[in-house]
Amino acid sequence: MARIDTPAPPRGDAPARRPGGPAQDQRREIGLLNGLAHISLAIWAIIILAPLLWMFLASFKTNTEMYLGNPFSLPSSFSLDSYVRAWNEAHVGRYFLNSLFVVGLATAGTMLFGSMAAYVLARYKFIGNRVIYYLFVSGLAFPVFLALVPLFLIVNNMGLLNTYTGLILVYIAYSLPFTVFFLTAFFKTLPNSVAEAAVMDGASHTRLFFQVMMPMARPALVSITIFNIMGQWNQYLLPVALMQGENAQEHWVLTQGIANISVQAGYEADWAAMFAAVVLSILPMIVVYAFFQRQIQAGLTAGAVK
Amino acid sequence: MRHGRYPFIVGFLIVPVTIYVTFVIAPYLQAFYLAMTNWRGVSANPKFIGLDNFQRLLQDDIFWKAIRHHGVLLLVLPLVAIAIALVFAFLLNVGGGSRGGTLRGVWGSNFYRIVFFFPQVLAVVIIGVIFRRVYAPDESGLLNGLLGVFGIDPIPIMADRNIALFAIIAVLVWQAVGFYVVLFSAGMASVPKDIYEAAVLDGAGRASMFFRVTLPLLRDTLQVAWVYLGIAAFDAFAIVQVLSIEQGGPDGATTVLGMEIYRNAFSYSQMGYASAMGVALFFVTITFAALTLRVSRRETIEL
Repeated sequence: MARIDTPAPPRGDAPARRPGGPAQDQRREIGLLNGLAHISLAIWAIIILAPLLWMFLASFKTNTEMYLGNPFSLPSSFSLDSYVRAWNEAHVGRYFLNSLFVVGLATAGTMLFGSMAAYVLARYKFIGNRVIYYLFVSGLAFPVFLALVPLFLIVNNMGLLNTYTGLILVYIAYSLPFTVFFLTAFFKTLPNSVAEAAVMDGASHTRLFFQVMMPMARPALVSITIFNIMGQWNQYLLPVALMQGENAQEHWVLTQGIANISVQAGYEADWAAMFAAVVLSILPMIVVYAFFQRQIQAGLTAGAVK
Repeated sequence: MRHGRYPFIVGFLIVPVTIYVTFVIAPYLQAFYLAMTNWRGVSANPKFIGLDNFQRLLQDDIFWKAIRHHGVLLLVLPLVAIAIALVFAFLLNVGGGSRGGTLRGVWGSNFYRIVFFFPQVLAVVIIGVIFRRVYAPDESGLLNGLLGVFGIDPIPIMADRNIALFAIIAVLVWQAVGFYVVLFSAGMASVPKDIYEAAVLDGAGRASMFFRVTLPLLRDTLQVAWVYLGIAAFDAFAIVQVLSIEQGGPDGATTVLGMEIYRNAFSYSQMGYASAMGVALFFVTITFAALTLRVSRRETIEL
């Protein structure tokens, strides 16, 4: 993010203007606008943070505390009871591990197969190259809902309904269009000279790809990996459609699990445990975001900037 | 180098293409056929019924409700989200005025950027679950709890058919703004600095700088934002399913096509009819894309 980063001179003595009538007016105007700017930014920051902070406080509160008094009042005690209930009874831990497993394998598969296809499509001429490329790219134009019913039937016929294998394959398949589209454009920009040198040294096509091209494509691979991890971690429609039936709950991913916990909490009115579950599920995201926020912002907006 | 070229190409393409054709292309093609059958679930045999499903669709109240809601989403969501994000991006990047000859954002802009973007990291479903409680109809909810502090009686936000859809749109805006702030910031950073400096030297205030310099130069980025939010406006399934009462209620006041497709397929087992809705959604989306391209072409000529 190429921001204009000059160290800020201390306030008050900044402008290079001479003090005088019109300049002072302008300064006052800038001061007023600055004030308004700060107020509007601060209000939006509060709007973003308030629900999250409120939820965190509420995860320690009893129902009575939630109904009475200020929403931002502190709970009477910070006991972890609700967190224990969320972990043990609501199975947040299991859903979390399921998500980790599915997204880990699916993103790895997406990156491997996506970059293989993109590389061949970008750097080798053969009959049908364009057909296959547009086949992949056309996937970007279709809403997933169009495929939902037939996809369910296909996965069902293969006996993969309610299995990790099925879900992972489907995640990979639906991540491929964008991955291939993005990486094809990137592989095309890589210089030929390095590839030629490697061939001179006797590298095979496969070695050329894994040991020369992949390392060179690293920045693009990082961006698109983050993009895929976020997309697959937050996916809801596909798991809800494909992970249903008897005993499906064992295989649920986090988004499904949390949605279900929310419905269950409605029956039992155990809001503290529900909030605890939500806090547990977003805590890792906060940690990851704190460390990688620049890469995440770049990765998620990569597609749009291209 | 010629040696082993075709085996290599085939070897690299076979797995991705097979996975992709099996789980993406095949379902898309089958959807058009299934839409013309009366298939009810997995066990029964499908019968070809031509365009009957589409005829039924045209008389389906809930279908038109969903289409209307997409219209509202398409109108409100991009406008509000882009407007807010543009103002914030401007403030964060060049809103601090000129100091020592260079433009910079207001103080603390990095902090704001990090906070604003954060909801983007959260799953829509989790955001829906949080806001289900924020919007709770009694004083245990954040909004009604706050109103209660000021002595205002609780409002049944999600149960009021006039408010519910806009409450959902508000959540979508809440999540989206940060993403577009970052996107527009990247766009603004790519504008050569001397253009801004020239404008400052010519005595441009912040308002005229925003409208005369920033906006025209951001046209491409704005277009991308419009397309992205347009696509989001045709989805909204996850948030509606989790946040609204009765999954699209009250009485269909918040339903969207995705919700109805899901309901028909998995609750009513009306696979054929659900596919017909999918096909309808496809044509609506394609129409939107075509219109956008058309409008954008005219814009480039103007430039």
